[in-house]
Amino acid sequence: MGNKRELIAKRAADELEPYSFVNLGIGIPTLVANYIDDGLYTLHTENGLLGVTSVEEKDIDPLIVNAGKLPVGEALGASYFSSADSFAMIRGGHIDVAILGALQIDSRGRIANWAIPGKDIIGVGGAMDLLEGAKKIIITTNHVANDGRPKLVDECTFPITSERVAETIITDLAVFKWQGDNYELVELMGDSTIEEVQANTTAFYTISNELLQEGKV
Amino acid sequence: MYLDKLFSIEDALKEIKSNHTLMVGGFGLVGSPLSIIEHLTRHDISGLTVISNNVGEAGEGLGILLRQGKIKKAIGSYFTSNRDVAKYYNEGKLEIELLPQGTLSEAIRSGGAGLGGFYTKTAVGTDLARGKETKEINGETYLLQEGLKADVAIIKAWKADRLGNLVYYKTARNFNPNMATAANYVIAEVDEIVDVGELDPDEIATPHLFVDAIVKSELILMKDGVKSIGK
Repeated sequence: MGNKRELIAKRAADELEPYSFVNLGIGIPTLVANYIDDGLYTLHTENGLLGVTSVEEKDIDPLIVNAGKLPVGEALGASYFSSADSFAMIRGGHIDVAILGALQIDSRGRIANWAIPGKDIIGVGGAMDLLEGAKKIIITTNHVANDGRPKLVDECTFPITSERVAETIITDLAVFKWQGDNYELVELMGDSTIEEVQANTTAFYTISNELLQEGKV
Repeated sequence: MYLDKLFSIEDALKEIKSNHTLMVGGFGLVGSPLSIIEHLTRHDISGLTVISNNVGEAGEGLGILLRQGKIKKAIGSYFTSNRDVAKYYNEGKLEIELLPQGTLSEAIRSGGAGLGGFYTKTAVGTDLARGKETKEINGETYLLQEGLKADVAIIKAWKADRLGNLVYYKTARNFNPNMATAANYVIAEVDEIVDVGELDPDEIATPHLFVDAIVKSELILMKDGVKSIGK
């Protein structure tokens, strides 16, 4: 199952433009770092570091962590700054891409990733700011929840994180891109089939001409 | 001569009273004033409103004060990692005000900069927008967030001179420089204290006018947890 997560992360890395500023969320998004070249991309973490890189066990400094409080390294050219400055970067539109996880994504392009109804709502962190301020949002997630229910739904039943549309969705089954009014299925992941996607998706989406022409549908 | 702001932790703590609003620096335990918090656990105070990104971790840092029943209300962005918070909240022992992390940090910055508040697009249309005033600016909806201030801020820095100029370390900076500006009395816990003139003016991140007291750290966060470094 670890392979599914790696597959999603690797595919997300392909979406990034060289020299972009990227914020990685917790979970699958963190794995994206394994597939990108330090020199080509600059990773931002909202607790106050621009220029995040991986760190070897022997070099861990407990006072250098990412937003998931995990130890990270300092890339060449890195800088540190306060939380207020860090979120000025985010809200001010200076971060090119945020790669985030999601609990639900709906037909209107909205995502829910901070609270579950019926459970205590006691944490939001930087999720709402990232959705508001990053120029582009890539969602990386398993296609269905742990209980097998679709995550791509017609309307979020979990509290939404923002009204802003998430432009790209990458799951273990498929890649969807927002096309102004709806998501379009643009790619099947690995050896997944259109039938699998249809059976596990209740959100509205269209299918790209390329996929139709390839005869996969 | 220069005003010497070096205090013992106990002397500096005399400024913290029951029912105070307290800002506490740190992202989890990273950049948190662990020694000041440890001394606070021995004081008979209660009813604190704590403004901090997290309430420490379960039984660590601010998490200890929570277990002692000293905290009445927590204002922050992410309490999920300290499972005690949900427990105390559900038992009616703790009030919570949840803010997006960027709204929290900017509210602290605003409070310290003499601003009544600011408008942000973050959280518009979400559950965290409930009860908040909105305003249309250039055709977009913004939420009003009032600035935050505190009676006392306890923060963590790496180095200080005896005037109270501060230098931070790596991601242990986080909320600390903003909180240094937003309280009536600011206590900075530091690992190294140097003479006035030894810090390069260009490296000072918090100028000394914001700082009322500096204290020497007794506990620091190491790779394998919080350790005592003696006095």
